[in-house]
Amino acid sequence: MSFTSASFLLFAVLTLLLYYTLPKRWQWILLLGASYVFYFFAGAEYLLFILFTTAVTYLCGHLMQKRADAEDAFVEANRETLSKAERKEFRAAEKKKRFRILLMGLLLGFGVLAVVKYTSFVLSGISSIGQAFGAAPLRIPELLLPLGISFYTFQSMGYLIDVYRKTARAEKNPLRLALFVSYFPQLIQGPISRFGDLAPQLFSEHRFDGFRFRAGLGRVAWGYFKKLIVADTAMIAVKALVENKDGGFTGVYVLLLILLYSAQIYGDFTGGIDITIGFSELLGIRLAENFDRPFSSRSTKEYWRRWHITMGTWFTDYVFYPLSVTKSMQRFSKWSREKLGTAVGKRLPVYFATVTTWFLTGLWHGAGWNFIVWGLLNCLVILVSQELQPLYDRFNRHFPRLTASRAWGAWQALRTFLLMGLIRSLDCYRNVPTTFRMWASMLTDWNIGELFLGGLTSFGLSVSDWCVLLGGILLLALGSRLGKKRPVREWLAERPILLCAALCLLAVAILLFGAYGIGYDASQFIYNQF
Amino acid sequence: MEQLLEILKQLHPDVDFALEEDLIGDGILDSLDIVTLITEINCTFDVSIPAEEIIPENFASADAILALIERLDEE
Repeated sequence: MSFTSASFLLFAVLTLLLYYTLPKRWQWILLLGASYVFYFFAGAEYLLFILFTTAVTYLCGHLMQKRADAEDAFVEANRETLSKAERKEFRAAEKKKRFRILLMGLLLGFGVLAVVKYTSFVLSGISSIGQAFGAAPLRIPELLLPLGISFYTFQSMGYLIDVYRKTARAEKNPLRLALFVSYFPQLIQGPISRFGDLAPQLFSEHRFDGFRFRAGLGRVAWGYFKKLIVADTAMIAVKALVENKDGGFTGVYVLLLILLYSAQIYGDFTGGIDITIGFSELLGIRLAENFDRPFSSRSTKEYWRRWHITMGTWFTDYVFYPLSVTKSMQRFSKWSREKLGTAVGKRLPVYFATVTTWFLTGLWHGAGWNFIVWGLLNCLVILVSQELQPLYDRFNRHFPRLTASRAWGAWQALRTFLLMGLIRSLDCYRNVPTTFRMWASMLTDWNIGELFLGGLTSFGLSVSDWCVLLGGILLLALGSRLGKKRPVREWLAERPILLCAALCLLAVAILLFGAYGIGYDASQFIYNQF
Repeated sequence: MEQLLEILKQLHPDVDFALEEDLIGDGILDSLDIVTLITEINCTFDVSIPAEEIIPENFASADAILALIERLDEE
């Protein structure tokens, strides 16, 4: 049941009707039922996987909480008799026991994800190596990849780590935990929520709030506009440019692909998130924001603070920091300071944790070398920028007026946008060598003239499609600009007649220009596959 | 406090860390700075800052960082 299907619209309306008519104490139970119905229609066989992850998360969380409570009670009861050192020792021993439970949970949770997502990739790698040594190719099994497994696994494992760290209390009611894992609006493409933020909202009673409802409706409509008009129109061109049937889409066409794919993924992912967050607002539930106008970022580091925010903070909090501050890493840092000098010793933990985090981020996006190279290239840009920072600072000091100007800011934003777009195009082409060849062709094939000789309409977009796409992108930019201080939908929600007009305009635009209807293969959201 | 300010100064020489009160919110310290800072603190003050203590409130200002160091030293 895709967000863009008629069945989803019907399902959403029914859920909302029941949500606000049933007694409020049943609201969360209704959401749990709706989430499982939603997931059942996505694929009945997927239910087993989500049930397994929920059971593991519940049991491990519960066991850790039991130990943590017993530990606190013991320390409290023996505060007078135990010395500070004994208390510390006892807590350290208890933490180790909790860690074993956490490790079991993580192995089981991530284990399922690893098996379904990466088995084929690993086996193909082994098979290729074997073939190089003359062995027969291995038979690669086609494994089922449950919808949204990367998202709900990360959310559940984040919860387990929070319980281990005692920053969240384990949920006692297994059904409530099941709702946290499976909450359907965010199940398939995030955002990846934290238990402390989401749970209180899921389980509290929500009255109908006209203002929030109207604002939510505006956001949902805006999300559909982004997806059905901008993303799905751009997708037609991206598909043709990537397939490159006659082999002529090199040079300037690669630059076009980079621009069009940026429009597609922005419309697709932020559109999907708008529908998710907007629909949650209709239910009175506020989800974490996942984007903060990322294409106006002036550096790669800033871009990653503003794009797919909840994934970024997940990796920072649960991978990057723990890796950097482990005792062994700090010992290694001390050792390398003594042996290799302060400059190297200081950098080693940061470098090691950054490379590992980006390798895993790449792998999270998909089982393929293109995703791994994508992650490592992002990492390279970030680390090189970090090393060049003193040079930038010196430049800023020498040219303060230039670097404070709007033109300089615009240049930095354009540079970041193009660089991120270039790296992102690794998602598109079928493998890494092809991508590199295509990048090189931008320097060798000077075919810009072709664009004006019918080239712009040679990859599936007619003149009217171009007008729709460019008009849509312009509207997105305008919406982003106007909503800098306060989202436009909130301003509209205070003026119901204007909101109604805006919704009608968006609906007409989608009906006239959107990609849908009989024979149209409703494209899935890109992040559904992750 | 002087030692800590010295470490912070090495990260961003142009920032007056004695006055700044929202180092994370204002985007002065990012995740790479935090890890470098923790490594320096571990070496200088001989305390170990665990991952669960890496939250914005503990790194919002030089005072907050010093309070964290003192608390961890106490524990």
